[in-house]
Amino acid sequence: MVPLSAYVALSAVLFATGLIGVLIRRNFIIVLMAVEIMLNAANINLVAFSHYLQSMTGQIVALFVIAIAGGEAAVGLAIIIVVFRGKISTNVDEVNLLKW
Amino acid sequence: MVLAFFAYCSLVSIVAGFLTVALKNPVHCGIALLTLLLHVAGLFVLLNAEFLAMVQIIVYAGAILVLYLFVLMLLNLKTDERYLHSKLALILFAAVAICGELLLLIVGSPFGGLKGDAPTEVVLKDGVSYAVGIKIFSDYLLQFEIIGVFLTGAIVGAIVLAKTPTSADTDSREG
Repeated sequence: MVPLSAYVALSAVLFATGLIGVLIRRNFIIVLMAVEIMLNAANINLVAFSHYLQSMTGQIVALFVIAIAGGEAAVGLAIIIVVFRGKISTNVDEVNLLKW
Repeated sequence: MVLAFFAYCSLVSIVAGFLTVALKNPVHCGIALLTLLLHVAGLFVLLNAEFLAMVQIIVYAGAILVLYLFVLMLLNLKTDERYLHSKLALILFAAVAICGELLLLIVGSPFGGLKGDAPTEVVLKDGVSYAVGIKIFSDYLLQFEIIGVFLTGAIVGAIVLAKTPTSADTDSREG
């Protein structure tokens, strides 16, 4: 039997990886991918607690998280396309003006 | 057996997560993210969440990741020579410190808590999909509807944002 703390530790490591990715990468698309890693870490946590505390709620919240990740990906990528069309750069540190 | 499967899935997902963050070519990052998502689905199977594992593969690996790869290929980015942030060392130190603190706290803390009303035997009698369906359409119906409205809004927003501005649009904006 795998202990619950193993899942939670795995989730913490994955979350930290995603956080590092969001902070250190310059490409906007990779930053969004790192956000997906963080959402997945949260999902592992939710499902693990749902299993060990014998409740369905965690799985349902994880389902909602997946739906929200889909919406976030769609809107984020649309924003990337708009920025790329206007400025020919998708590096987050070069996109520093809201209006120009 | 279970332990070996868990070890395999968790190790591969950690390595794939690291590669997603560290690889230079964005398409390679996408492939590494795909590996991560599939192995997280394997972990869900281990946790008696077969329905969620299928949703993870179909929605995440099948739809969201394809969306990412489409945009990557649409934009046709050339790989930058300097693809990492300039203050890399400082950020890495802070993140590793946060992660270590988190791990220490997690491994050291007891996991008590109230048991819910869905023990494994009860759930497995009719299947996980049945249990999720009953729960989502009774207790969580309002949240389910909100998610529907949210997704509609996200789709409309994405289309409006990414639409190529036509001459009619600019005319109406000026006039």
